[in-house]
Amino acid sequence: MRLHEYQAKDLFKKFGIPVPDGKLAKSKDDAEAAIKILSGPPWVVKAQVHAGGRGKGGGVIFARSHEEAYNAVNSILSDPLVTKQTGKEGKKVYQVLIEQGVEIEKELYLAMIIDRASARPVMIFSRSGGMNIEEISEKSPELVLKEYIDSAVGWSHYHGRNLAYMVGSLPAPDTIKEIISVMANLYRLFTDLDCSLAEINPLGITKEGKVLAVDAKINIDDNALFRQKEMLELDDKREKDHLEIKAGKYNLNYIRMTGNIGVMVNGAGLAMATMDLIKIIGAEPANFLDVGGSASEEMIEKGLEIILEDKNVKAILINIFGGILRCDVLARGVLAAARKRDIKVPLIVRLEGTNVEEGRKILENSGLEFFVAGDMVEAAELVKKQVV
Amino acid sequence: MSILVDERSRVVVSGITGREGTFHIRQMLEYGTVIAAGVTPGKGGQKVEGVPVFNTIREAVSNENVNVSCIFVPPPFAADAILEAASAGISIIVCITEGIPTLDMVKVMHFLIDKKCTLIGPNCPGIISPGKTKVGIMPGSIHKPGQIGVISRSGTLTYEIVYQLTKAGLGQSTCIGIGGDPIIGTSFVDHLKRFKEDPGTEGVVLIGEIGGSLEEEAAEYIRDGFDKPVIAFIAGQTAPQEKRMGHAGAIISGGMGKAEDKIRAFEGAGIKVAKDLGKLVVTVLETMGKVG
Repeated sequence: MRLHEYQAKDLFKKFGIPVPDGKLAKSKDDAEAAIKILSGPPWVVKAQVHAGGRGKGGGVIFARSHEEAYNAVNSILSDPLVTKQTGKEGKKVYQVLIEQGVEIEKELYLAMIIDRASARPVMIFSRSGGMNIEEISEKSPELVLKEYIDSAVGWSHYHGRNLAYMVGSLPAPDTIKEIISVMANLYRLFTDLDCSLAEINPLGITKEGKVLAVDAKINIDDNALFRQKEMLELDDKREKDHLEIKAGKYNLNYIRMTGNIGVMVNGAGLAMATMDLIKIIGAEPANFLDVGGSASEEMIEKGLEIILEDKNVKAILINIFGGILRCDVLARGVLAAARKRDIKVPLIVRLEGTNVEEGRKILENSGLEFFVAGDMVEAAELVKKQVV
Repeated sequence: MSILVDERSRVVVSGITGREGTFHIRQMLEYGTVIAAGVTPGKGGQKVEGVPVFNTIREAVSNENVNVSCIFVPPPFAADAILEAASAGISIIVCITEGIPTLDMVKVMHFLIDKKCTLIGPNCPGIISPGKTKVGIMPGSIHKPGQIGVISRSGTLTYEIVYQLTKAGLGQSTCIGIGGDPIIGTSFVDHLKRFKEDPGTEGVVLIGEIGGSLEEEAAEYIRDGFDKPVIAFIAGQTAPQEKRMGHAGAIISGGMGKAEDKIRAFEGAGIKVAKDLGKLVVTVLETMGKVG
């Protein structure tokens, strides 16, 4: 689960990580009130939206006067924000963060993630902040420093020293101390809140030698939300695709994509492999949809409903491997779902596994128009014939 | 032959009285698995499908001499169940549970460093040595005893591939689902090492997916001295970045963990990669046709 920058900065404050003074604004009136309270000009107006590349897309505006600030708020709230991650139609912005402008002399990078290979949290630090970590890693990997944290002992200040004293031209001793304290607090935040990512980029050093989290990014481990109820309340549903939200209600795993072949599969791995197969035949999947290893009739029905709501879908491929759940049961589920709606696109069904003959017979004798595929190759061919 | 589990394995099921546990214990018993005990705290003394239930794994170990555990405990308590099994001296722990917080698994992996046990999963279908025993939730009927080892991060995708192998007459020595989470107990390399030593395994099918670097590590290990034929398959060539594709571990993050990089690693190490799921068996037959 992703948090907004303003939410992440609120949490930073709670955990003792300094951030610039700022206020959230949802309207022009809010913005006026905010600017009265915050010292400035200058101010920075930042779109609060889940999309990377915000700065380049015009979602972060530096304002040198009241007028510039109002105009910035106005333009961000009224037009959809287009970045490399949003697609051409862009994304509606509902709120902006207005911050007091600060003069930053040096930009550092600081983040914490879980390192999968060593099964440990790792703190990543670089003296060349501001650009994204992939860029830094590519251009100058020697500038990316890592400290792995032993989970039994947790954070120790030597981790911080190992990182902070590598900044290059050393900042003043008090600044180094502040950097190390930010690191310790970031570790505490990361583990207390079950984060999967906590990133400060840039971590700025001001002319006066003060350390400030200029930007903030926090992702929470979805598996831990059952014990992070407060984080769950921060989930901004407006940022998600409405079909993804709907799928979540039925425990279906749905991700919208840009192609036109709707896909429904039981199991995540098989779903990915099915999407890959569609690509191989020269088409593009419209979605990822995993109805689970033990899908019920109802889940299949809801899954079909969600796929059909995507107007780009020109054909649907249902690929089910019946293991413990038998193919005849699954076929009945598909049938029930198909009968309830008027499906205008070709429906290709591929069943395999336990009781497969019975399952296929149910579909073939249903009087409805299914294309029943014997195996994956045939399923792909049928899709190709319908669409490509 | 087989690795890790066989007809001598004595299994204890944690979470035996839950809905999942009760359903799958029946399936395992039907397959011939020796389920010697079950554990649900507070329900010691009961029986499920004729299997005696204990309050703790320690009791199950001392009373029934169990050596393999299969965990069906819900996510908030599953890490604790793994720790309990490891501390009771269980040698092979299979954790089926999906949805364990990653930081819980960080602690578990630290605890296991000096324990003599192998953790399979979590978030996995389990392990089966066809014809001998199955510890997990995979459908037993699709498997057939033989000489191909299977290691996979997925569930139904593995069933699909195993079924294709079986239909083509290619039996399996042991099939292991290592799990779809970011942190899992054992890797491809861990099991490749075992298959290397197993005279009953003549080739390996390795089923990977996007996220992490276990496939890259496997490619390197195979290149440096795994002397049996390997066919790899990688799911997720069309997966978008920064999206969790069902499995918690199946995510391309910060440009890392892409299918194309994994395929390149395998091919660079001289390992055949089947790119089309529909034609995987053809590739297996071409490479190890005489096997099975």
